[in-house]
Amino acid sequence: MVDAPDVQRHEPAARYMDSLGKYIVIYLCILILAALQFVIAYSHVDTTAMFARMLFIALAEAGLALMFFMHLWGEKRGFFLFVVIFTGFVLLAMQYGWTDSYRMELGAPYSQPRTGVVQQ
Amino acid sequence: MSQADLVMEAHAAGLTTGIPPFSVPAKKMAIWLFIIADAATFAACLLAYGFLRNGSANWPRPFHNITNVALMTFILLTSSLTMLLGVRAANAGDKPGAFRWTMITAVLGVVFALLHIREWLALIGEGMTLFHNPWGTGLFGASFFSITGLHLLHVTAGVVALLAVGIRYKGGRYHADDLEVAGLYWHFVDLVWMFVVPFVYLLNLSH
Repeated sequence: MVDAPDVQRHEPAARYMDSLGKYIVIYLCILILAALQFVIAYSHVDTTAMFARMLFIALAEAGLALMFFMHLWGEKRGFFLFVVIFTGFVLLAMQYGWTDSYRMELGAPYSQPRTGVVQQ
Repeated sequence: MSQADLVMEAHAAGLTTGIPPFSVPAKKMAIWLFIIADAATFAACLLAYGFLRNGSANWPRPFHNITNVALMTFILLTSSLTMLLGVRAANAGDKPGAFRWTMITAVLGVVFALLHIREWLALIGEGMTLFHNPWGTGLFGASFFSITGLHLLHVTAGVVALLAVGIRYKGGRYHADDLEVAGLYWHFVDLVWMFVVPFVYLLNLSH
């Protein structure tokens, strides 16, 4: 007869009791990052550069919120990897659509001769 | 194979021990799976928005004043902090404190929703509808109202959930774990807003 695995070997679910100071520091960091986005919105840079900067800051904000507000950092390693890898893969796979968006704006790649290029 | 043999095999495989996947409680696992799915939904909406913005020549930039959006952002971020304080108090066994912070979070959510509706009404007053606006392509209204509307729906659902969980927690039917699950959802709503603000509002600022 095979014994059932011992339930007691497994750790109980995590219960979080981070310090109030830590929460306030993270909150202030996210507030500052959000304020930085508003500052960037009024800066005189082109839309692509502005988008890149805002995306970078939004990812930093989201990372802080995920890790410390949602306590993902304190979860078990297997669960952490499951959430990050699975979500990351889905979100990255969606970016496939951009090529078609640029086709709408610029036309299919090499569909039209560029000015100054000699066709052979 | 008899029923007893099946049960023994399941025991051997660790299937009937009641151990949840990753040792994460079932409710928490469920909300995380929902969050992953919802993250994909919002990402798809934002991607579609970016797709349209990139492919449209006359994309409007209708936002002159961002005071309202800045205030909304501040309120939502602060509500995440109050939610954290509520869960922290619940974990420490401070029931009145946990209830108070949860209700404060719900009130901040209501204020956010009211400011959001004010923002909408101002844009509608300027002539923006789902398929038409005075500044450029009509696609802007559809994408703007879809994304911000989906987020507003999440905030409204979150407020209802916080009220329901908070009241039941106070009454002793729910526990600190339930408050934590509601808190995870609320933080996710906050997290989504971190992407909606720059892409939908700030990149469409008229200089």
